[in-house]
Amino acid sequence: MTIERREARQPWILLSPSLVTITLLLIVPVFFIVVYSFWLRTASGADQAGFYLDNWKEALTDPFYRDILLYTLKIAAITTIFCAVMGYPAAYFIARSKGNKALLLMLLMLPFWISYIIRTMSWINILGVSGALNWALMHLGIIDEPLQMLYNQVTIVLGLVHFLLPFMILNIYVSLEGIDVTLEDAAHSLGATRWQSFLEVTLPLSLAGLAAGGLLCFVLAAGTYITPVILGGPSDAMFANLVFEAIITQLDWPMGSALSLMLLVVLGALVLVYNHFLGMGQLMKGLGK
Amino acid sequence: MNRNGRRSSAASRRDTNLPCPCRQRVAGAFFIQKNGESVVSFVSLNNIVKRFGAVTAVHRMSVEIPQGSFVTLLGPSGCGKTTTLRMIAGLLDPSEGDIVIDGQKINDIPIHKRNLGIVFQNYALFPHKTIAQNVAFGLKYRDVSKDEAAKRVRDALELVQLPDVGDRYPAQLSGGQQQRIALARAIVVEPSVLLLDEPLSALDANLREDMRIELKRIQHQTGITTIFVTHDQSEALAMSDMVIVMSKGRVEQIGPPEEVYNRPQSEFIASFLGTSNLLDVASAARENGAIRLDVPPLGSLALPEANAPAEGAENLKLVLRAEKIHLLPADAPADNRFAVEGTVETVDYQGQAARYFLRIGDTQFQAINMIDKSPFSEGEKVSVRFQGEDCVCIAGDAA
Repeated sequence: MTIERREARQPWILLSPSLVTITLLLIVPVFFIVVYSFWLRTASGADQAGFYLDNWKEALTDPFYRDILLYTLKIAAITTIFCAVMGYPAAYFIARSKGNKALLLMLLMLPFWISYIIRTMSWINILGVSGALNWALMHLGIIDEPLQMLYNQVTIVLGLVHFLLPFMILNIYVSLEGIDVTLEDAAHSLGATRWQSFLEVTLPLSLAGLAAGGLLCFVLAAGTYITPVILGGPSDAMFANLVFEAIITQLDWPMGSALSLMLLVVLGALVLVYNHFLGMGQLMKGLGK
Repeated sequence: MNRNGRRSSAASRRDTNLPCPCRQRVAGAFFIQKNGESVVSFVSLNNIVKRFGAVTAVHRMSVEIPQGSFVTLLGPSGCGKTTTLRMIAGLLDPSEGDIVIDGQKINDIPIHKRNLGIVFQNYALFPHKTIAQNVAFGLKYRDVSKDEAAKRVRDALELVQLPDVGDRYPAQLSGGQQQRIALARAIVVEPSVLLLDEPLSALDANLREDMRIELKRIQHQTGITTIFVTHDQSEALAMSDMVIVMSKGRVEQIGPPEEVYNRPQSEFIASFLGTSNLLDVASAARENGAIRLDVPPLGSLALPEANAPAEGAENLKLVLRAEKIHLLPADAPADNRFAVEGTVETVDYQGQAARYFLRIGDTQFQAINMIDKSPFSEGEKVSVRFQGEDCVCIAGDAA
């Protein structure tokens, strides 16, 4: 075999384990789900194979599904904005700190050592009726009755921000790290105040990282299932909960498939829009760090 | 000191349409002597000290820089030259001492109000802005109308000979072009002082020499007082009106390039600038306007007293520049120069010149000679000639 041919084959050999895994565990199942979504669940509970558009018609026209989709996107958007506003200063601080960057980054990764579910449930101990906050407020004499702080929209956003903030910080941090600090000095020396230098130079140059972090937070928040189950109330179901409901509770696989594909298409479209304007490179940089 | 003997302002040298940045302020300004004539000091560093923790990067530095001059801070890396520049720029605060620009103490003035132009080593152009936006950046924070700003950007790009790149982005320009844009961006705001932090070090050798001439031309045209930091002695010697040689955080010598080169005042300068032979002086005696030195292995030679340090100096050393040594064939007739016999050990042939390593007695010498035909060959005996007035005697470092 010539060297050229061997070199041409090498990337494919190295990629093959991942390609096989992705094909078997992602592409093939999605294909099954696409097929499933055109089947029909009959009154007897059995699935009728074939090509029926009934599930799709229901998913796309029933306002129940539409409202929950919009609610899901709203929660994801609010979460993303909170992550961005809270994450930027933190990322800036880490990127500009001297010496102990490695320690700060490790502290940022520390929450990942604890299960996401445990972290989410910890809010019950803090905000619950007999949680730490109510206990403190009662003992301080500020309130007489425990407050009902859990199981609403606010706690869902809280839980999601808690979960997603490190992803945002990492993405912004990576883009800030790539910016030459002398650029701000240059702007400053030319007459801009520190704040103006930041707005004129650093912020625009870090927008790509902000956008990558935003996309990641939005997609993960919109697809979340556990947070609304643990921290949401009965009326706070998000779209992934609908899919769970359809497949596990009602055993309606065809409807569940259509709904999950609907979410996939909406979020996929968002990724395509992002990719069109910013390219996937920045996102990969953020994830690779 | 004579206040009226102030050197004519930089405005007279200016032939571009860039307005002169230098305000005519005398009150509080310092005066220094240069070539016997009083000169207004425009930038003064008074006993500047900079400490980083336990390390002192700059020790009690005092320098007076005349208006409109091109001054170079020269020294090896770690000598404190960049620290000094960053203190003038406001990017670092001095631990002690005052920095005065144009009669105004600027220690506590924030960077953005100092009205300085800084060219950074890596240019620091804003990658997301076009060249025109880059150059216009400083004008946004000054009281300049849109039309006026556009005109000044055009003039500045014209001055750096890149009038047609306004719509491009920095990444689309070559290193040398980016360098020019960084310079245009710094001078378009009419700074009172232009600070250049090793601006040529990122360029390749040929471009560096072109930019050297270009930079000097632009400084002449605008008349902006310029402080240039470099570790490259040929840059410093070629461009400066005044060279400040630094070593280990201290000023070693200040003076015009010829003076610093020809009359080094310390062992450090003698060995840092050019190629020198440094010899221990065994004994010295002064006799009517001359100083007679006994320098092994050369023997006894006389220098004009002007080339020797003040009486009482210790650890005397003789500095003999490599290019002041002329090699002749061993049988050449004697002339009025000092002559000693030597042997060529190694020849480093460089075309129009050759560098020789010679042995005289037990000591190795270096000589650099222009050559017409072929150089002396290795092992050849030669007659080594030089003149006493080409040598300098200095007080060496304590042993």
